[in-house]
Amino acid sequence: MGHPEKAAKFIADNERMHWHDKALWFVRQKRDIAAHGLDEWEELRRVASEIKTHTIDKLDFYLEEFEKNAKEKGIQVHWAKDAKEHNEIVLKILLARGAKKLVKSKSMLTEECHLNPFLEENGIEVIDTDLGERIVQLRDEAPSHIVLPAIHLKKEDVGKTFEKFLKTEKDNCDPTYLTRAARKHLREKFLNAEASLTGVNFGIAQTGGVVVCTNEGNADLGASLPKLHIASMGIEKIIPRLKDLSIFTRLLARSATGQPITSYTSHFHAPIEGGEMHVIIVDNGRSDIIANEDFKQSLHCIRCGACINTCPVYRRSGGHSYGYTIPGPIGSTLGASKDLRTNKTLPFACTLCASCSNVCPSKIKLHNQLYKHRQSVVAAGLLGAKKHTILKVATWVMKHPALLDFTGLMARKIVPKLPRSILYSKANIWGKERELPKFPENSFKELYKARKK
Amino acid sequence: MSSREEILNNIKKNIPSSTIDLPETDIPHIKYENKNKKFSTSLASVGGNAVWLEDNSIDEFVANNYKDVNVIVSTYKEFTLSTKDANKSNTPHPLANVDLAVIKAEFAVAENGAVWVKNPDNRHRALYFLATQLLIIVDKENIVDTMHEAYEKIDFNKKGYGTFISGPSKTADIEQALVIGAHGPTNACVLFV
Repeated sequence: MGHPEKAAKFIADNERMHWHDKALWFVRQKRDIAAHGLDEWEELRRVASEIKTHTIDKLDFYLEEFEKNAKEKGIQVHWAKDAKEHNEIVLKILLARGAKKLVKSKSMLTEECHLNPFLEENGIEVIDTDLGERIVQLRDEAPSHIVLPAIHLKKEDVGKTFEKFLKTEKDNCDPTYLTRAARKHLREKFLNAEASLTGVNFGIAQTGGVVVCTNEGNADLGASLPKLHIASMGIEKIIPRLKDLSIFTRLLARSATGQPITSYTSHFHAPIEGGEMHVIIVDNGRSDIIANEDFKQSLHCIRCGACINTCPVYRRSGGHSYGYTIPGPIGSTLGASKDLRTNKTLPFACTLCASCSNVCPSKIKLHNQLYKHRQSVVAAGLLGAKKHTILKVATWVMKHPALLDFTGLMARKIVPKLPRSILYSKANIWGKERELPKFPENSFKELYKARKK
Repeated sequence: MSSREEILNNIKKNIPSSTIDLPETDIPHIKYENKNKKFSTSLASVGGNAVWLEDNSIDEFVANNYKDVNVIVSTYKEFTLSTKDANKSNTPHPLANVDLAVIKAEFAVAENGAVWVKNPDNRHRALYFLATQLLIIVDKENIVDTMHEAYEKIDFNKKGYGTFISGPSKTADIEQALVIGAHGPTNACVLFV
């Protein structure tokens, strides 16, 4: 099932769809207030974009520098070419220390690698500790947003979930009450954990450490209680210098939620006393994207979610309709780069409004990428027969001006007289949930000629 | 071929032969007329509060403002009301019952209400997250405008851990409702001395 079919299910609940739309727009507005509060905002974006361009173009150099400096700090570095190897490395590290209880903080990379089910099959208890991620984990769902994993759920949904799994009071869906219940439940998990796994927001080549940003403090609790800390990092998370963070920490949280900075911006450059710290550097298709001039900018992403919050399609179709680990504009381009056949509908889950490109803190031209991916979909013959035929006919008509004039004339005469049952029949996919505009008497060409007289 | 070589070779094959220079990060940026005031409003906006200590000692401040706390630990030497030693245990787990942690921060950042905490003398970084309440002590001279100045002041030439803390832990994962106190402290006060 592609994006349109899954989106249709989401919008079937009209009230919830509008609620979702508003919730995300609220976050977008908070982002605007934060961004407009700084005169240097556009300069920050420029510098961020240039740092990323430079780094990706010299990624081999910076990855090796990171590895060397991390090792000097006593951090063990592993390389995984794909998801399978990443998961096996995690399991091997855990088993070598006899660790069976793992607490995890947010990591879209481990979602991408489907780490949780793999570890569970191998007898490891995996607890997601970010509140939103814990909620969706208990419900056996995937996160529907990279920063706000449970944004698709209402507090009543969360209340019911916690009633079932955490034995909270019946029908109590007060967010503070539920958050406290989760805190109590997860505090016990933290204290009994034998290992932790975190994602990585930034890996600093110059110092060999990693930076993790959270609001809840869950990454730090996890990485500071058990003796074993594993950090999973995509190759594109590297930045050259410590001071580059002065740019990225100013952009990240403002772009994400409108906060001036996350509650915690933690720089890990060592394990805890008597402990071990491992960083797994993961490729999983990223180094192939570098080869493509059209799409390599997608590796500039700092996972703030601003493009997702602003996207009119995401807001009205929900994260699960994309069927890819990362939803929204950035997910649609990454998904299409990774596997065009499976994700062929994603480049079309876009109005080409370009709002995503305008809010992106590292200036990825997201809408251009989606437009290019659409061309690849057509070239690969993946468009689908109906759309393909319509476009073929339209191309042919538009190439013949006299025919185009005649078709237009006929359409203006006939279409307004057609009954709705024919006009909005199943054949008219454009007319689903959409009303045709009122047809004018004359064509543009006719109006133009008349005006010139 | 190892995965390391495979990844690096594939990158080498795919990257261009030249690129743009790394840009400077010290761009012209906002300066606050009154850094203290900005810090105070920034911190309040993220659920924390800032206080400038005048005549009292830190001991007196804690005695006056934290009446219901039983277990107090500190990484700040001048503070004497600790009820147990933060560094005594070999593991951080005994710190799970700490009601108040009085900790030292290097400096404060006006634009976002954050303080830089990096203290090699503190054995258990988990303390910052296990304690129910945090009282963070900062020298009142040590306040900067933005993260640009902040990153000029820090380095990681040696191994270790450092974190910017901006207010108490929080979440808005349930229907966008802000709840102060997620997994870490439910309260954070920055005390300038």
